[in-house]
Formats: sequence, structure tokens, C-alpha cells
Amino acid sequence: MTFEVIKPGLLTTIQDLGRPGYFHLGIPEGGAMDRASMRIANMLVGNPEDAAGLEAVFMGPELKFNHDALVAIGGAEMPVFVDGQEHDCWSSFPVKAGQTLKFGYLKTGARIYIAINGGIDTPPALGSRSTYPIGALGGFEGRALAAGDTVPVGKATAQAKERTLDRNLLAELQKPAQLRVLPGLYWHRLTEGSQKQFFADEWKVAPEADRMGYRFRGGSPMEFVEREQPFGAGSDPSNIVDGSYSYGSIQIPGGTEPIVLHRDAVSGGGYFTIGAIISADMDLIGQLQPNTPVRFTQVDMAQALDARRARAARLDKIRDALKG
Amino acid sequence: MKTRYSYGGDEHIFVEMDEEMSLDAFFKSLAMSNAARDADIDGVREICPANASFQVRYDPDVIAPEDMMAKLKELEKVAINAEKRLDTRIIEVPVFYQDPWTHDCVMRFRERHQDPSGTDLEYAARINGYPSVEAFIEAHHSAPWFVSMVGFVSGLPFLYQLAPRDKQLQVPKYLKPRTDTPKQTVGYGGCFTAIYSVRGAGGYQMFGITPMTIFDPDEKVSYLRDFMVFFKPGDVVKFKPVDRAEYDRILKAVEDGTYTPRIADVTFDLEDFNGDMEGTNAKLMEALNDV
Repeated sequence: MTFEVIKPGLLTTIQDLGRPGYFHLGIPEGGAMDRASMRIANMLVGNPEDAAGLEAVFMGPELKFNHDALVAIGGAEMPVFVDGQEHDCWSSFPVKAGQTLKFGYLKTGARIYIAINGGIDTPPALGSRSTYPIGALGGFEGRALAAGDTVPVGKATAQAKERTLDRNLLAELQKPAQLRVLPGLYWHRLTEGSQKQFFADEWKVAPEADRMGYRFRGGSPMEFVEREQPFGAGSDPSNIVDGSYSYGSIQIPGGTEPIVLHRDAVSGGGYFTIGAIISADMDLIGQLQPNTPVRFTQVDMAQALDARRARAARLDKIRDALKG
Repeated sequence: MKTRYSYGGDEHIFVEMDEEMSLDAFFKSLAMSNAARDADIDGVREICPANASFQVRYDPDVIAPEDMMAKLKELEKVAINAEKRLDTRIIEVPVFYQDPWTHDCVMRFRERHQDPSGTDLEYAARINGYPSVEAFIEAHHSAPWFVSMVGFVSGLPFLYQLAPRDKQLQVPKYLKPRTDTPKQTVGYGGCFTAIYSVRGAGGYQMFGITPMTIFDPDEKVSYLRDFMVFFKPGDVVKFKPVDRAEYDRILKAVEDGTYTPRIADVTFDLEDFNGDMEGTNAKLMEALNDV
């Protein structure tokens, strides 16, 4: 059971829920940027939530199926066609052997997730099929899909049947997008004025936004608390002795453009960080297009944990609605 | 040295031993991160040691952040008493300094550099007070180095020079990071040498290139069959300058599966080192003579 890549889109990679455990060697967890959407797409086709599917950014691929399959699309809103017949996102639908899956123009969001019953069955690397192109690890020969690739799919599961998600169960996107931040790490390096300004300013997603990190611009440059730079850190006030980075941490090289590290994060480096996006808001970043206005909102740990619980509860409701 | 604890979002705790780099800070960080691993705390997902700090990733659904924080703080007492001694290995890493490939890259990204009129090595030699590039290169490979962190990307080692602080080389990073660095470039930033395990973006000054593969996702290179990443924190490295012919020979041997890195078992004792740096270094490097 396979499908063939006719057109790969802009950047389409095989992803699952990632390979935790190797960040201490510089190999990031990776996996779907928008985890919830990947999970839901899998639920819609009756897969385990950690089955491997495709993540496509801004533009869908064109795929020709060599077997009868059940497919679902989650994440961004994009028209879906099977041999010209349109289907809805957030619903599973059959694709027959010989038929072609195609996409229209992106409407909202940034990344679609394509789940296929049985899951993509490329060989796992370090416990995951997620593609980490920098390390040529996982996915399809360690890289994004290209035209002509024939991708293996696993055996159909007994849970395969058509399902539709009630969209009221999904979180609503706010405008401007709100990203909640728990200040910490090297937050003390900023002056009180800059600390306030960071949250007061409206930022925009910069064009340099990918799986490794999302860059933002449009806010005020940072001012640093004066100090003599510590030995080994480097001469710029935004430099530190190279340390480990948290997923979601916000670094501001040179004090100008914040970068939020995401699933394919570098594991460490020499730039100061001002805290991290809370775990509940990481998925949302994967759906932000360049130029989207963004506000960073300050929260404390109790609020971060409340948000984490609310996200888990929402996913539980969806799980209940789609089970069976 | 004052330890600083901070949350990194709701899933990480970051512990900094010291703002500045030193082997004392490294050893304390290593002892604490080892103690955290040995404590086998429920909910800990991963421990990432760094140069003078480390980070714990945990699941706040399993252990409350304040409990995780309290447990880590308790471990500091254990770490203070840990012995600063490591059974480790010394590895000879061949380097082709001033090679054509990093030179080409140096010239391509000149406008991002502090001194666009020269090369990275000319700049590094000048600001460190060396009369020539050759003298600077000699300073770079004459003392051994200590792997104080593995990370950034796939198995990239950060190496700290085993030398008195006034002899340690220091260079700033590029003004603006490059979008490209050749695979296996030997680079320099702050007080650290880095070996770029894969091709990609980078901000360190470029001095040369090693023919020795240090990351192999396919695990086909003869000495990386057990695991794709070569270096680990605590490894000691001796750089050996090689010319083009030797570089080509080693590169081919790595490809053919006939290259075996020169490695010897050694013990590194921080107190011995602080007491007699030259003597300790000489002993470390002598171990390679028997290989």
C-alpha cells in the first residue's frame, strides 16, 4: 500500500508526535508543529494518535493513491479535492486506488495535516518517523517529500470508518493572535522599561518562520541592564555562555527580533532568552502565517497550568466525540 | 559561583551554575545533572547538560513545577561533594586549517563579518595578539580541549580550551549569522571551538575543516555503527594539523570504512589540572602515543 507524490507542495514532511530523548545531543523532538491537529486527523481515520502523517505548509501536495484509503485533513483550512470532487477538512473520506488527492488555496492557518488510515510506514529513526532534515533523520530518506517519491502506508485498521468533527469543539483563533509567555530564564537582562514594552507592543510574524523557530518583528528594540559581559559569553549584550534552550523559549539576538524556538529547535546556543511560550500555546504557533499580528501576554505558572489543563480537556472532548 | 534556578515555560527548569564559563562551573553542572539523572524523579523527561548550566524537561501533569524545583535544589548539596574527576578518553581530531572550502565560505559571507577586509583567521590572530595566522593556528592545536557541551544541532560538540584563562583564545561570533557553513567546519565563538556536525547556518568564525565524520544518521561509518553521534561531554580532544594530501587520505578512509580515530583512555582530574596545567596536558596527550 503506497501513494505517489505527483507534486510535493512547498514543504511537505512526514511527521508524528516526535522523538523525545535526544535533545541533549542536539537532536530535537520534532514532530507535528500543531500536535492537536495531527492527533485529530488521526482520530478521524481511526489511527492511533501517534501514527505518522504529512505536514504541509501554505500549499498542499498532489498525491496519487495506489490503494483504497481513508483520508482526513486537519489544521489549516484548505479546499480538498479527490479527482475534482471537493471534501471538507476535519472529516474523513475515501480515496480509491488510482485517484488523486489535491488541494486549493490556503484560506486560514498555515499547516495542514494529512492522516491516512494505517499511517505512513517509513522506517522509524530513533523511535519516530518525524522528518528532521538538518540531521537527515527520519521521514522519507531524511528529507521533505519530492515529486516521484513512493511512500509506504501501513495496514488498514479495523477502526477505519468515515467520521466528521463538530467544529464547535475546536479552539477559536483570536485576532491578533495571543501567545502566552511565562517570563524567566534571562528575563532579568532586560530593563524594566523593555520588559513592559515587550508585552505592550504589537508584533508581526516575520517571513523567517519555520519548524525550527518563528521570528517576530515590529516591536521596539530591547534595552539591556548594563553589565560587564561574563567570560566566554561573547561581546554583545544579548550573548550568554552557550546553554540549553527550552522548547518555546524566546531569544532576541541583538535585542531586535524575538525568535520562538519550535519543534525542530536548536538545543542550545549563546543568545539570552526571556522566558518561554506556555505549552498550551505551542500548537497555535504552527498555524500562524507571516505578517499575522501577534500579542505576547504575560502569565504566571498557575495560569500556564490552567491553560494546559483546558487544552487537555478540549482534546478529551474531541476524543470522546470521535471514538468508536 | 552562585546557582540560579528558573522555569523555562511550564515544562522546563533551567539551572545556571555561573554566568561565566569555567571548568569548575562545568563540573558542578555535570555533577548536578548526573545527580538529577540518578535520582530517577518521576515525571522527568530529559536532562540536557550544557557548558555552565543544565536543563530538565519534565511533565507538569506528573510532578508539580514547585516540587520539581524543590527536588533539584536539594541535589545541589550532593553535587558540591561530588568528586571532580572523570574517567574519559582523549581523541585526536585531524584538522586541515585554511582549507579551500571554509575559505570560500569565509569570502562569501564577508559583509556579515567584523572585518570584511581579511579572513576569519587573520582577524582572530590579530585580536588575540598573535603575530601571524600560523602562530595563532599553532596556539589553537597545541593545547588539548575539553567537550563541555553537545548540542545546537545533531551531535555538534562545544570544546573548551585546557589553558590558563589569559592564554585562552577568544573571538566574537559573526555580526550576523551565516546561512551556510560547510559540514565538519572547525569554528570558533566566545571561548569555544565547535565542530559543525552537519552543513547549515552558523555564526562562529571558521578556521578549518576535519575529514572525520562526527554525525552519521545512517550509522554506516565504521566507528559510528553503535550510535550516530560521536562526541559526549567530558571527552578530551587534541587537534592535529594535516595538509591537503592527509586530509584527502583520511576522508577516503572514512568513506571506505577503514579509518579508526586515535583514541586513548584517560582520567581527567580538575584539581590536578588546576594545580599543574602544563603537566596535566602533557600527560593527557602522551596517552595518544601508545595508540
